Amino acid sequence: MNSLKVAITGGTSGLGLALVREFRRRGAHVAFVARSPHAVEQIARLHQAHGIVGDVAHKEAIHPIALQITAALGGLDVLVNNASSLGPVPPALLADTACEELALALETNLLGPFRLTKALLGALTASAREERGAVVLNISSDAAVNAYAQWGAYGASKAALRHLSAIWNEELRADGVRFLSLDPGDMDTPLHALAVPQADAATLKRPETAARELVEAVEAALAKAHA
Amino acid sequence: MIAAAAPVQRPRDARLLVINAQGELRHAARAAWIDCLRTGDLVVANDAATLPASLHGTHLPSGAPIEVRLAGRASLAPGDVSFSAVVFGAGDWRMRTEARPAPPPLAYGDRIALGPLRAAVQGELGHPRLVALRFEGDAAAVWAGIASHGRPIQYAYMQQPLALWDVWTPIAAVPVAFEAPSAGFTLDWRSLARLRTRAIAFATVTLAAGISSTGDPALDARLPLDEPYRIPAPTAAAILKAKAGGGRVVAIGTTVVRALEHSRGVAGLGMADQRIGGGTRLRVVDAMLSGTHEPQESHYQLLRAFQDDATLARASAALEARGYRTHEFGDSVLIEAALHDGNKLLPGRSKAVTQGR
Repeated sequence: MNSLKVAITGGTSGLGLALVREFRRRGAHVAFVARSPHAVEQIARLHQAHGIVGDVAHKEAIHPIALQITAALGGLDVLVNNASSLGPVPPALLADTACEELALALETNLLGPFRLTKALLGALTASAREERGAVVLNISSDAAVNAYAQWGAYGASKAALRHLSAIWNEELRADGVRFLSLDPGDMDTPLHALAVPQADAATLKRPETAARELVEAVEAALAKAHA
Repeated sequence: MIAAAAPVQRPRDARLLVINAQGELRHAARAAWIDCLRTGDLVVANDAATLPASLHGTHLPSGAPIEVRLAGRASLAPGDVSFSAVVFGAGDWRMRTEARPAPPPLAYGDRIALGPLRAAVQGELGHPRLVALRFEGDAAAVWAGIASHGRPIQYAYMQQPLALWDVWTPIAAVPVAFEAPSAGFTLDWRSLARLRTRAIAFATVTLAAGISSTGDPALDARLPLDEPYRIPAPTAAAILKAKAGGGRVVAIGTTVVRALEHSRGVAGLGMADQRIGGGTRLRVVDAMLSGTHEPQESHYQLLRAFQDDATLARASAALEARGYRTHEFGDSVLIEAALHDGNKLLPGRSKAVTQGR
């Protein structure tokens, strides 16, 4: 992974941070995106990664983010769309969910990854043409498949992202870009604590474990591209 | 010609003037440009993404307003944040560049505030309005500042301010261009799939396309400025393969012609510093898909490497008569190089070479 160029959204906490660590541990060059300038600066310094301040839920922020990713890394091989919004907190019945809350979940979990992937597709396909391989990993959830009451906004947005990944994987196969949609499982992360405050942390997966599994899945997809 | 004033990359009614190797003219829909190619041809595009290279701010010693248009860089390296830049005084893109007031006099070491960025003048580059600039801070901060404060360079014929997505081609990769390699606007993903279906190869180069106009005749005469580029190894291999199979190399835009001719199609990094014009023998490129260029533009000179002046004059008259649209969002020309004896370093298009085997 010594020359691998990786971008991760939502890289300052939970799974995203664990992914930054894991990719760095394996020698990849990493750029990550998050909203808090302070946290971005800290994590960037700690892990010698390129920190980018931005919010993928904002249309106007996407190209500046994409520009900084490819300017910093000089290209891109792997994009991890990890940044995620839970929808209304505490969880709400769909009938009690405001349109704006659903829209926000879709902006963050569906349109954000769609826009960022589209803006970075030139860089990803360039990597594929140069036989470096190109992978987009979209972080999914069991809520993308199962209908959980009170998780309507989140579940619908994650289901849409999952299907988007599948279609993109079909459409861009010939261009050499592989799309993965993977569910890391229930993890001991700030997002999960927000979602299920009563959960026993001891029964939850460690984000480091999930990050290792995901990085291995990316590695396998890249190896397949080389084969 | 008519200025295309709306930022639509692929207007449904975009037109194409085809100038074939014999100098014959034909009008077509631009959407059909791939029909003009043959199985075995190679299409090469510039995958540079475009920087928001126009930065407004203040010349700190005088307090005067200034616009800096980043125009060149010595390399494509991510850490290289020293630029050459064209400077303007008050006003913005809505004013014709020719009418823009001069910037305040700039001296070595003068600091300029550009939104969150600070830059220092490192000297004049042979013209009072072309200077070397060094930004303060690390590369990451400079890219972040350019990303947040910069706007795409644009001209007075446009109706509205351009967004970054207006000027990124669908294949835009690394942000190194100062103006869009706009011939690439036509390359949507459907057209790339269609190339594949027709067994026409596709490859890319990266060239830091510079600015196309400054409004100053002496400075315009120096355009294009030197442009760093990169030819990926698979692109060099694809050129050899196409040539060996008798296919043509079709450049998407003038920047691709510059990179391929300067490199002779060899992989690696380089600096395109040559002039391409009537006296230039094209050694790699056989045809080019480009915008419609008018005789006074710097890009027009490059067309003279493809066809003689009489043919280009006929083409210009045809574009004018049919009301083609010009500039970066305008209509297109597909121009094949006229056949000359021994025009090529590599075998391929030239009948002379083929017959000589």
